[in-house]
Amino acid sequence: MAELDTSGGGKKGGGKVRSKKASTRVDLTAMVDLAFLLITFFILTTTLQKPKAMDLTMPDKDEKNDQLPVPATRTMTVLIGANNKVEWFMGQPGNPLTAPSVTGFGKNGIRQALLDKGKEVLAKSGRPMIVLIKPSDKSTYSDMVSMMDELNIVGNQQRAIVDITPVEVDLLKRDGIYN
Amino acid sequence: MSRAKVQRKSTAIDMTAMCDVAFLLLTFFILSAKPKVEDPIHADIPASTTIAALPEVDFAQLLVAQGKVIFSVEGADVRLETLKGMADQYKINFTPDELKAFQNLDNVSVSIGVLKQYLNMTNQERASVAKTGVQVDTTDSNELYWWVKNARKADKLVHNKELKIAIKGDSKEEYPTIAKIIKTLQKQKVNKFGLITSLKTATK
Repeated sequence: MAELDTSGGGKKGGGKVRSKKASTRVDLTAMVDLAFLLITFFILTTTLQKPKAMDLTMPDKDEKNDQLPVPATRTMTVLIGANNKVEWFMGQPGNPLTAPSVTGFGKNGIRQALLDKGKEVLAKSGRPMIVLIKPSDKSTYSDMVSMMDELNIVGNQQRAIVDITPVEVDLLKRDGIYN
Repeated sequence: MSRAKVQRKSTAIDMTAMCDVAFLLLTFFILSAKPKVEDPIHADIPASTTIAALPEVDFAQLLVAQGKVIFSVEGADVRLETLKGMADQYKINFTPDELKAFQNLDNVSVSIGVLKQYLNMTNQERASVAKTGVQVDTTDSNELYWWVKNARKADKLVHNKELKIAIKGDSKEEYPTIAKIIKTLQKQKVNKFGLITSLKTATK
């Protein structure tokens, strides 16, 4: 063992010769080294950050009779276009209550609009706003996820992903976010 | 005159306790480690503020990247039943060896037509096979439809639980591909599923 001899010499000559008792201690240093090396390896290889899952509920397609009419005043339509841009308006696409405006994601983008309009609708009708998300063919998956995430952040519960209509595609084309 | 001698202390430390702790931690990490399954196609998953963790059992994943869909389901027992269901559906007879190979297969990255051939390959040969993914289109009964359907049946049979389905999509994937998959799922009344995302800190 890597132990310093501290016995201080010992007697020289004389006395009875005794058989030295062998120490039962084992040097564990190397073993500990190895154990920590393996621990380091396993810590580094385990994925610390597990992927998360966002729940997505789609409206049931089959039960046609079950659908409630949606008042246009409480509906906000968000069209997802190309280049991480969205276009939103209140009411129906042919006859919007507010002029369609193009914005992006994030704090000053669609989230502000969702918060403002959500409050406005709640004050007017006393019920939460309904958001219709219409991803266009040019939009990407991450935009859809970002949009759902924005709704989660503002705490909106009434939302649906709906197919886009030709009128709305024309709107996106007009504003140059469909390419 | 003799100087007072300073007692020399032993520099050896008792390593026993340290060794115990080290091995305890080592055991913990070895047991909690799960071999990482390498995706056949790389998908750069989008970030969101969701914090709900993914389930680890009764769970199927659809990996979507480059316009291809790769199907996988957790649990060797569920996989076995799924393949049996698929064999009935497509009138393909799988040998016991092929069934065993499928149980160890992490994901279905080839079409059902060449699956039998694929199962008889070695790992090296499989790596060279082009990953065409599971065929999916807008028709009523595409391959993905049957994979999901049989996996759900299998999970119900083996674990008596509802299979949870999650989509792991690449950020740059175009929406029509995702829409096709969602439509396929909705055809069998799967209206609730998960979107796998990484964690993003909310910019408030």
